[in-house]
Amino acid sequence: MSAVLSVTNLQGSIGGQQVVEDVSFEVPATGVTAVLGRNGVGKTSTLKAILGLIHRSGQVLLNGDRIDQLPTHKIVQRGVGYVPEDRELFTGLTVAENLTLAVRQKNPRYDFVRALFPEVTVERAQQRAGTLSGGQQQMVSLARALLNDNALLLVDEPTKGLAPKIVDEVVVALAEAGKTVPIVLVEQNLRVIDTLAEQVVVIDAGRVVHTGPARELLDDPDQIQKLLGVHGEAA
Amino acid sequence: MSTFVLLLVTGLGLGALYFLVASGLSLIYGLMGVLNFAHGSFLTLAAFAGFEVGRRLGVSTVPGFLASILVGAVVGAVFAALTELLLVRRLYERHIEQVLVTVGLSLATVALFEGIWGPDPIYLNATGWLKETTLILGAPIPNDRFLSIAAALLVLGGLVAFLRYTRYGLIIRAGVENRAMVTALGIDVRKAFTLVFTIGGFVAGIGGVLACHYFGYVSPALGGSLLIFAFIVTVIGGMGSLTGAAIASVLVAVLQQFANYYLGFGDVIVVLLLAVVLLVRPQGLMGRAAA
Repeated sequence: MSAVLSVTNLQGSIGGQQVVEDVSFEVPATGVTAVLGRNGVGKTSTLKAILGLIHRSGQVLLNGDRIDQLPTHKIVQRGVGYVPEDRELFTGLTVAENLTLAVRQKNPRYDFVRALFPEVTVERAQQRAGTLSGGQQQMVSLARALLNDNALLLVDEPTKGLAPKIVDEVVVALAEAGKTVPIVLVEQNLRVIDTLAEQVVVIDAGRVVHTGPARELLDDPDQIQKLLGVHGEAA
Repeated sequence: MSTFVLLLVTGLGLGALYFLVASGLSLIYGLMGVLNFAHGSFLTLAAFAGFEVGRRLGVSTVPGFLASILVGAVVGAVFAALTELLLVRRLYERHIEQVLVTVGLSLATVALFEGIWGPDPIYLNATGWLKETTLILGAPIPNDRFLSIAAALLVLGGLVAFLRYTRYGLIIRAGVENRAMVTALGIDVRKAFTLVFTIGGFVAGIGGVLACHYFGYVSPALGGSLLIFAFIVTVIGGMGSLTGAAIASVLVAVLQQFANYYLGFGDVIVVLLLAVVLLVRPQGLMGRAAA
């Protein structure tokens, strides 16, 4: 199956400091590809480098077209949805304004996101985003990306700091979204990976150290311990 | 009582001028992180353009006055837009270079204005209603103060409506919070940069023409002298906050007027106020605390 995203020798730096050393991987046209690794190894920076949010070099192809020379807004306009780490909502704006700002197409998928997240997108639409709980903010952040028909979704630690019940809701939403769009998911929670991911890419010190089927890695506690520094039972 | 009213209304008039400069400065810094030292030059060029129009059509006639305001605003807007497109845009995220370029532009334009209009103030010779006074509680208030206050209120209302009810207003409000995330939603934030510069220049242009009437003259140093206090107002109000700029403009100008009259050193009091705000509330009255 052809890759929707192909990353080759990607390097990235923030303030002159190299944070992505040399990352290469491919994302298949369907399913969830999880990007794993210990804290601080460059997972978030890899997503930011793909989007051009940090200084980067290397080659990035989206459906065969080079996007590594494009500014961020043009990459997103080509259909790359982004759910950042820590939500990054506009806290002074209402939920409705946050969603309005994210609309890129003539007929945004309001029905879809209202069905997925009725509490925040309908009942709290006129509430300032900064007054929402962390879980509610995550719903809005996901809704913002899911309003558009994307070619690819980049989702960065969507369950970070959330209560187990909210994590389950996020997983359901991502599973639903994953039926129609390929997802690159940075995630620490192996239970979430187990539920959603088909492929994994493991990064260490800014480089890819492992790629393969998610099931294969999750069934190998020794590999999990070696690559991620956690016990395999967590999966 | 009449002295109090005179100082208060005159302070409000001066505050209106500060706001017309500071509102653009604040939005530009809030959205783009640019300290625009050339903002005073937008005001000065607009003031001279308005002065030239007023001189030809009659500075004290209604058509002459309105035309001078309109021309001043347009000249300020065009100058500001060109500055953003030709100079500042190339230096995106390079803050030291941005400061150097805007300071350089400010110095160069003052020299240019001195070459064209001479270094000395040119007095307006306005007559009629603009130079007359209106008695309020026994205080003879110069009429141009009312014009400045009315213009500032109109501009404040217009900017608030623009920011609240238009898509670009939404983009600017979001961009002031988190510029990178705006681009990550697929929005070309650079268009908003140009728009904010243009609006800032437009408003400063109005301020420039009104400043001519407030002070009674136009000079190459006009913009620079107002810019210093506009920066103080912007910092006290909170960088990026329009409401903060409005409140701080009134606070600074009224305090300055009263301190000038009763103590004789209003400018020093304003600097002391700035120091106190920076020590007690570094993000300004309405600004957001740094994370």
